[in-house]
Amino acid sequence: MWNKEYDVKAYHGGVEAPDWLTAKHSCGTTIMALEFDGGVVIGADSRSSTGAYVANRVADKLTRVTDNIYCCRSGSAADTQAISDFVSYNLDLQSMELGEEPLVYSGAKLFQELVYSYRDSLTAGIICAGWDRKKGGQVYCVPLGGMLMRQKIAMGGSGSTYLYGYIDKNFKENMNKQEAMEFVTRAICHAMARDGSSGGVVRLGVITGDNPIERHVIYGKDLPYLTSDVK
Amino acid sequence: MSSIGAGYDLSASQFSPDGRVFQVEYAQKAVENSSTAIGLKGKDGVVIAVEKLVLSKLYDPGANKRIFHIDNHIGMGISGLISDGRQLSETAKTEASEYRSKYGGDIPLHLLNEKVSMYVHAYTLYSMVRPFGASLLLASHDQKDGPSLYVVDPSGVSHGYFGCAIGKAKQNAKTEIEKLKLSTLSMEQLAKEAARIIYVVHDELKDKHFELELAWVGEKTNGKFELVPQSFLEECENYAKTSLQDSDSDNDL
Repeated sequence: MWNKEYDVKAYHGGVEAPDWLTAKHSCGTTIMALEFDGGVVIGADSRSSTGAYVANRVADKLTRVTDNIYCCRSGSAADTQAISDFVSYNLDLQSMELGEEPLVYSGAKLFQELVYSYRDSLTAGIICAGWDRKKGGQVYCVPLGGMLMRQKIAMGGSGSTYLYGYIDKNFKENMNKQEAMEFVTRAICHAMARDGSSGGVVRLGVITGDNPIERHVIYGKDLPYLTSDVK
Repeated sequence: MSSIGAGYDLSASQFSPDGRVFQVEYAQKAVENSSTAIGLKGKDGVVIAVEKLVLSKLYDPGANKRIFHIDNHIGMGISGLISDGRQLSETAKTEASEYRSKYGGDIPLHLLNEKVSMYVHAYTLYSMVRPFGASLLLASHDQKDGPSLYVVDPSGVSHGYFGCAIGKAKQNAKTEIEKLKLSTLSMEQLAKEAARIIYVVHDELKDKHFELELAWVGEKTNGKFELVPQSFLEECENYAKTSLQDSDSDNDL
């Protein structure tokens, strides 16, 4: 059933799809984070590829930075892993000094600092999201050049190009947890179907200040089917 | 050698046989000879007041300030050698700004206090330096955590306070502060009481002229450390002067 989504021909009602649609992307991901009432939902697909070859179909791109701060990684797996290790280490140090959990913005700032300083050598698009007691749930995006911006919703990776329309139409502020989780699942599923280099399962994280955070995996068979379900 | 230090007071890196470090105690003396500074923490803010002694009529009004801005949300009042205080304010500013550029937020006062105290303490450990002859009042306000006030002394010891006084009249000032119900007072009330206390403890006979420096941080100032506006400063001074006259006439009766 899920395989159907990879069958590009089926999407186009039996018409042969153009070559640019069928050709493989070199490195791709779909990641997303969303502020809702009471916290943030983060989500990602699970494909990690080396060129056209799917190196890992159940990769986890939602990476812990501190207990309440996570990042969604896109771009080079090596670069983003190294960066999140660095940020994690620094926030651990900071929380020891502070005697409390660091702010989400502090994490985002460290990501930004690093991505900007080494912008010529890094391929890393990161969304830093989490919860702190001062400002609650927050989403910050740190795209390729090292910009830093707080957003109510952020997307990244090659799959995000397929999502702008969906988000412009369906995003609304102050969703509840259930709505937010469904929204992210649907969006990522949609991008996984369209984007050749996104796929696998949908991984979700819900950060509301509870420890540990809530994690979900939605397998292929349970994914909302793209074209019939999304209105 | 029969003086009090008996040879053990020449270096900050040497203990006396009864376990004291004289250089540090002398530095504390330097603070006790200096003008009084008080800090009051109320329900929604902190006020710092300094009795700045004007030693010469030739000084510009407002010269040699003893209250410093450390960061948007942090202020510092000093008592002791003014040049030592300035150096410490510089250290505090650097720490606050480094924190801001690294983590992108306001440094929490308890952390700044820790850093400044460590710095001050380091100057009590080595023979080639002398301890700082200044005590510091550190004040700040946070939207979520409320007001906070710390005092750092030349030994590097520091504590959080509801209200505290440093400098030559600290004993009298503390007695006055203890009479207040600090946690119920608003920033305006704190400022007036602070002004009054400075006027009460000022020694008219020994030190003729002084300027009252008054600054605050709290909800009213939107979490920013600011000098109390001129008009309100005058109001506070008038309040201080009238309550002084009242108590004087009480004494006469």
